[in-house]
Amino acid sequence: MSEQKLQSQTVQTTGHAWDGDLQEYNNPLPAWWVYTFYATVIFSIVYWIIYPSWPIGKNWIGGVSKITYVNSEGETKTHSWNTRALLLKDLNKAAVEQKPYFDKVSAMSYEQIAKDPEMNGFILSSGKTLFADNCAPCHQAGGQGMVGFFPNLTDDDWLYGGSFDAIHTTLTGGRRGYMPSFNEVLEGGQIDQLANYVASLSGIQHDGAKAAAGNALFHGNAAACYVCHGSDAKGRKEIGAPNLTDNIWLWADVPATEAQGKVAVIRGVIANGLNKGVMPAWADRLSPEQIKVLTVYVHELGGGQ
Amino acid sequence: MQKGLEEQLGLYQKRIPIFTRSVQGPFRRFKTAMLVLAFAVYFLLPWLPWSRLDAPAQAILFDLPGRRFLIFELTVYPQNVIWLALLLFIAAILLFFVTGLVGRAFCGYFCFQTLWTDFFIWIEHKVQGERPARVRLYRQPWDREKIIKIGSTHALWVLASFWTGLTFVAYFTYAPQLVVDFFTGQAAAAAYITIGILTLSTYAAAGLMREQICTYVCPYGRFQSVMYEPETLAVHYDARRGEAAHGRATARAGQRTLAERHEKGLGDCVDCGLCVQVCPTGIDIRDGLQYKCISCGLCIDACNSIMDSFNYPRGLIRYDSEKNLGAAVPAAPRVQWKRLKTVGYGAALILMSATLAYSIGTRGSFDRAVNQIRQPLYVVLSNGDIRNRYQIRITNKVGEEQTYLISARGIPGEALDLGNFREITVKPGHSGLVQASVRLSPQQAAQIRHFEIVITPRGKPAEARSEAVRFDGPGRRP
Repeated sequence: MSEQKLQSQTVQTTGHAWDGDLQEYNNPLPAWWVYTFYATVIFSIVYWIIYPSWPIGKNWIGGVSKITYVNSEGETKTHSWNTRALLLKDLNKAAVEQKPYFDKVSAMSYEQIAKDPEMNGFILSSGKTLFADNCAPCHQAGGQGMVGFFPNLTDDDWLYGGSFDAIHTTLTGGRRGYMPSFNEVLEGGQIDQLANYVASLSGIQHDGAKAAAGNALFHGNAAACYVCHGSDAKGRKEIGAPNLTDNIWLWADVPATEAQGKVAVIRGVIANGLNKGVMPAWADRLSPEQIKVLTVYVHELGGGQ
Repeated sequence: MQKGLEEQLGLYQKRIPIFTRSVQGPFRRFKTAMLVLAFAVYFLLPWLPWSRLDAPAQAILFDLPGRRFLIFELTVYPQNVIWLALLLFIAAILLFFVTGLVGRAFCGYFCFQTLWTDFFIWIEHKVQGERPARVRLYRQPWDREKIIKIGSTHALWVLASFWTGLTFVAYFTYAPQLVVDFFTGQAAAAAYITIGILTLSTYAAAGLMREQICTYVCPYGRFQSVMYEPETLAVHYDARRGEAAHGRATARAGQRTLAERHEKGLGDCVDCGLCVQVCPTGIDIRDGLQYKCISCGLCIDACNSIMDSFNYPRGLIRYDSEKNLGAAVPAAPRVQWKRLKTVGYGAALILMSATLAYSIGTRGSFDRAVNQIRQPLYVVLSNGDIRNRYQIRITNKVGEEQTYLISARGIPGEALDLGNFREITVKPGHSGLVQASVRLSPQQAAQIRHFEIVITPRGKPAEARSEAVRFDGPGRRP
């Protein structure tokens, strides 16, 4: 009550009266607020003039502020200011800063790069980014691959060879792993024997008699596994035929955790063959320097050969 | 001067100008000493030379482009951010600790708002004269005298603000070069912008807003207020003594001596108003403890000088605790620290200061980080061996190139494979990156869960540091 009384003493009314005594207080906005509001109006007009603002159909008013950048084709473009162009301009700047390093990469041999501490640091950081952008979708962020789909790059087993040159060839031209299906060539029992033999090569629990029969099949001409995997079953890197005697499993390990399950998966691989070991070619997508950086990076991931 | 609530119903109270009277006494002397000391440190420190191999010869240099702070012999890198965290923690706890003991001592004697305001008032006093002269000047029309005096005061304030801003920026770049560059238009844009902002904000805060910063802007004053306890010492007016039965009264004839006053039931306060006139926040301490009081003690000096001139005992306004003032027979005021909160803050303060001192005292000549690569955590190799990989980052913190040797402890020597980098040379202030892999047989892997990677600067075996790392294998919970 007392506050109302006080207010009526100090605050003016608008001067109108309705229904006899109904009046409205006149509480104008504070001056600083009004002037701040006017300032924002002026600011927005200046902003419209300088920066892109109003849309007109599919186009827009560009504003007087311009930005110049070099696009991916190497052409210099000038455009009204926008954040996309700003990003490209920033990328241009980064590319200029990276250039001396990439120049060094193309001038040096693989061995020189691997031994130079500064270049090694550059490979570890730029290689990581390139790997994450291009390779990680299949081979995973750390290069650990995915059993049954994509090979692990961090172990010491290299399907197509782990030398700098072999890795470079793989990256440039891509690879296509292929194993024929033996479903129609061999009987079910024979496939079972072969599976047990392959399991025996890695010391996995197996049926001894079946494995002995499988040994004969492996080296015989009916199945002729040795043609690709070699008579010692250690594989042939020229065609990417894997070593069957080691502990590395790419295709026949999922989801088997027990020995019997593993034999069953091996049998499936022999029966149905494989046609999914596809590595795309990167020669058209990455620059030679980038491929060189990735070569050294991947070489280091698995310790190389 | 305080307006009644009824008149304040508007949204914004207009500032009531404050013209502080100068005063003499121990608190004024302490404040002046603190002001001189703080200004000497702040304004002169960037000019202190210090010879360095790889940086400008400046004792304190916050080298932002080089990502390091150079503080005398100490070089602080971003990796030492924990020191900053500790320092902030110590500062916060110190504030809490001191506030619990002696109230807002920080506000009254050390806060830069108080220091700069004090300095600006000193300028005002020198140019325009003592309080009555300034009040007269304020009230008189804008004539020649007023324009010259007010104008030159503001000009001096702007100059002091500018030098404050310039000094701040001088901590971030080589000071003599900055001064030359600034006046020849060669300094960085950031320097001009920072100096501009600091000049404006110092001028506004210390010249124009003054106590309004403490009253309306600063959060510290408010949260220090809630840390007061009944035992906390603060600037208090002894109302029982000052007001007695019939309140304060001027010292007219017949009520001039204490005996006469006590007979009439009058308090010891002669209502001279000096305590209000000297107050930089314009309050009346006799209204009791209040949030606007920055506890600078000037009213104590003022009151004591009056008490002395009337031959009354000192201490009508004094540092005392609420508890002591409320006691039947107040004892002599003293700092009371035997409280759980104070002891706890004190212990935390000692502990954290010791941690900081230890951390700085035992800092190595290089920084190292050994991170196990977690994708994948381990790899089973073709012969069944297990391999873990580690990324080792070494940051050289000394002023010259240094070679580091890397070895392992707790695993067979041949298990550690560093590729081409059994040793790495790192430039000063730079980092070197090495990829290490450790290969163990399944039997070894089953036993070894942890081992150490040892980094030794070549020729300085005493500075070797080791990092404990894990070794992971299949069938082991990470």
